[in-house]
Amino acid sequence: MQCRSALLTKKINYFCTKFRNVIRQVIMQFTRALFFLAVLVLSQPVLLNASGHAEHAADSIQNTPIEHSHSEGHEAMTMKEEIKAHISHHLQDSYGFHLFTDTETNTHYGFPLPVILIDNGLQIFSSSKFHHGESVAESNGNYYTLYHGKIYKTDESGFMPMHDGHVHNEKPLDFSITKNVFSIMVLSFLLVLLFMGAAKSYKKSLVPTGTARFLEPLVIFVRDEIAIPNIGEKHYKKFMSYLLTVFFFIWFVNLFGLTPLGINVTNSISVTFALAIMTFIITQVSGKAEYWKHIFWMPGVPVPMKILLAPIELLGIFIKPFALLIRLYANITAGHVVLMSLIGLMFIFHSWIGSSLSFALAVSLSLLELLVAALQAYIFTMLTALYFGSAVAEHEHH
Amino acid sequence: MEKLIEQFSVGLFFWQTILFLILLFILKKYAWKPILDSVSERENTIRESLDSAENAKKELAELQSKNENLIAEAKIERDALLKEARELKDKIVGEAKGEAKEEADKIVQAAHAAIEAEKASAIAEMKTEMASLSISIAEKIIRKELSSDDKQKSLANELVADIKLN
Repeated sequence: MQCRSALLTKKINYFCTKFRNVIRQVIMQFTRALFFLAVLVLSQPVLLNASGHAEHAADSIQNTPIEHSHSEGHEAMTMKEEIKAHISHHLQDSYGFHLFTDTETNTHYGFPLPVILIDNGLQIFSSSKFHHGESVAESNGNYYTLYHGKIYKTDESGFMPMHDGHVHNEKPLDFSITKNVFSIMVLSFLLVLLFMGAAKSYKKSLVPTGTARFLEPLVIFVRDEIAIPNIGEKHYKKFMSYLLTVFFFIWFVNLFGLTPLGINVTNSISVTFALAIMTFIITQVSGKAEYWKHIFWMPGVPVPMKILLAPIELLGIFIKPFALLIRLYANITAGHVVLMSLIGLMFIFHSWIGSSLSFALAVSLSLLELLVAALQAYIFTMLTALYFGSAVAEHEHH
Repeated sequence: MEKLIEQFSVGLFFWQTILFLILLFILKKYAWKPILDSVSERENTIRESLDSAENAKKELAELQSKNENLIAEAKIERDALLKEARELKDKIVGEAKGEAKEEADKIVQAAHAAIEAEKASAIAEMKTEMASLSISIAEKIIRKELSSDDKQKSLANELVADIKLN
């Protein structure tokens, strides 16, 4: 009798977990669908506007210093333009850590960062020399100016010849500690501090204490849910450091991107490109004979098919990390654009209904972004693990 | 696409790569390795403890069953011993009884024989005694009978008559 009831409870438990998994999946799918829908719907006007007014917005930025210098009493930018400029400015990297600007007094709050250029030797100077793009910076007899968030070589007067709306000035090789680099440094330091602290708590006893108690489940999640299922019990160990670092790096950077500090590391293509290329290199380096065989001479298909598949598979090697870098970049950028647009809408709607509505939307989108921050880190790490898994897989032939 | 390429910054790419690699190596050495090692060590400890607990349980059960077996065996042995002892006793007693009976029989037989012999010798003695007695009686009678000559003559005649009859 007892045995039977035990069996029943076991069965019920089994169904409960199964049901829970199904529900979780449904919620996940639903949220994802909702998010994409939201991004699609909300970003369309923004993107349309952005593309339509790209030059316009750029002009307004470019004109700003001139406007300010020529006529102080000139009417300021309209609210819409200001918001647009703010968003496009946010999406770009910058040479100083800019927190906010008081447009009335035209004072900028933030701090400058070092500019490092390779141009006739190493040129190092503070970005405060640009005066926020309002003046020409001089270093060892070389003159530089800031235009569209990029540094160009110029002369003492700031001469910038324009052809068909493009600047043809020389761009020096730029290794500046920009806002993004600075953010990466600070966040990396934070990560090191956090995880070294967590690691230290294991020295006393094997039972985690303090931060380790929170971080350990995440580490185990990466190991048990990402690394082992995708790479396999046999090979996963050597990839763990990379997977963990990528996961926590992306997650932290995404999370800090949601703070009002205006950090936007993962929505610069260079960062996601760097991450994807590391995944790419590690995948190719650890690729076993089996992996290459599956690319160039697919087993189990007829010869013409093999010949047809080889270029596709070869292309796939490059498309995979490319998709990786675009996915992360696009998701975070879209999130930031939509969120900032919604926040901007609060100022454009001068009615309490519209503003509060867009406020509510912005809050719910922030919550969604919180999920996306973790989700993108998860997806990036998961796909990375998947590629590593395919590189080290030992197929049993059918 | 063009915009993306335009956005690409070599400096940021360079710094991201360098910083990420530094982060990777620092974390690998000072965070991931100790954390993962401790976690797996703990998992092993838990697994081993559970295993050893299970083993101890099994051992205990084994010990118990062994004890029970031992007790049962001891019981059986004791019973067997008791039975054997009883049998032995019975056997010894039976044997003793048989022997005693035999001895008694022998004694009785010997007594019988002795009695028989005594009887026989007594009878024999009695016979001789009686024979000598009767001889002496007969002598006395004969002496008395044969004390005169005529008596002797009549006897001799009688005897002769007897012989003739024969």
